[in-house]
Amino acid sequence: MMQDSLIDYTLHLADNSLIMGHRLSEWTGHGPILEQDIAISNIALDLIGQSRNFYQYAAQLKGGVTEDDLAYLRDATEFKNMLLAELPNGDWAKTILKLFFFSTYQYYLYQKLIGSTDTQLSAIAEKSLKEVTYHLRWSSEWVIRLGDGTEESKKRIEKALEELWDYTGEMFLPSEYESECAKNKIGVDLGFLKEDWMNKVIQIFAEATLPSPKGEPVPTLREGQGVRLNGKEGKHTEHLQEILNDMQYLQRTYPGCEW
Amino acid sequence: MVVDNKISVGEIWQILEKITDPEIPILSIVDLGIVRDVKISPSLLVEKGQGVEVFITSTYSGCPAMDMISMNIKMELLQHGFTNIKITQQLSPAWTTDWMTERGKEKLQQYGIAPPVGKVMDQQFLDDLKVECPQCHSKNTKLLSEFGSTACKALFQCQDCKEPFDYFKCH
Repeated sequence: MMQDSLIDYTLHLADNSLIMGHRLSEWTGHGPILEQDIAISNIALDLIGQSRNFYQYAAQLKGGVTEDDLAYLRDATEFKNMLLAELPNGDWAKTILKLFFFSTYQYYLYQKLIGSTDTQLSAIAEKSLKEVTYHLRWSSEWVIRLGDGTEESKKRIEKALEELWDYTGEMFLPSEYESECAKNKIGVDLGFLKEDWMNKVIQIFAEATLPSPKGEPVPTLREGQGVRLNGKEGKHTEHLQEILNDMQYLQRTYPGCEW
Repeated sequence: MVVDNKISVGEIWQILEKITDPEIPILSIVDLGIVRDVKISPSLLVEKGQGVEVFITSTYSGCPAMDMISMNIKMELLQHGFTNIKITQQLSPAWTTDWMTERGKEKLQQYGIAPPVGKVMDQQFLDDLKVECPQCHSKNTKLLSEFGSTACKALFQCQDCKEPFDYFKCH
């Protein structure tokens, strides 16, 4: 049913931003220098703000729930974020590369989502794109700085690439609800994103004097405990549960608690 | 003050001009371009007080000041006798520093925050950007960080007087 697909699609967009934003917020107070600590905290804030806009819309579509219910009271299997978002931050290089892949994806996705026939998704995309443009710029500069920096920084970002590349394919592998929404001009056809995404990665990697990634992103789904992992369909790594344990603790322990 | 049915939309705008941004208290929410529209809606009429709907938009998606701004609008209008107040948050068109008033930009400068330079964001805007130091007015300044004390600001330093300062990003 189209309405169900729209709700799932909206939740998918919300979950991507929330989980990525929550991960980045783990750097708050721990950034390598003050300016970058502030930068990454600001990016986290933007992403969590974007997720609120999506959750509010999803809550309105579902009826009978609030944005807080959707963020704090769903189980890991109900979350639809990409696996890339939930992966642990690792060191600064891994965090930067994760954010660069993610921001490039959001940048092209929101550019197209503005054209959605759903006016609310279009409005959120328009608002978010301005912020994501900044995220992309900032993370690109850092990829270049690390890749073209010292021997150590280069080694670290190359290691990050090795660890993250297999998770990029998932971005372009549509779930049923994404296909359904794309077919109805509500969502974005992911097939059209891949080339733009890849070109941006190649361009920034060249500036960073990093070798181009091996091949194009393939949807390699990790095998885990006999289950094919696929974040968009709720089959997550154990890392998502770790985030939820932390993020949902208060609401689950003290239901309805407010500041 | 008792509100009768003759209050004009213009008077409501005047009331809203008294409400300031919690993080930049010299700027009113009208100067900042956060208030997009004011409507006296017949459908909101209750009892004798006239219903009013205020449309606001956030500067950045995650701006933590929005809830407080909404509450302050309600409080101020209640004090002026309105009993039926609706605050509607709208996302599109997305907020831009182009909506900031000239008076607002002057106030920012006096407060020590460099106002946004130029109109609307273009992708190269930071490359040839000349931001004026709000202290000594030198244009010999440099970007320290693309992110400053709040989401809407970047951090600059004056190369002449050496003073670091906030720049309200063109967005």
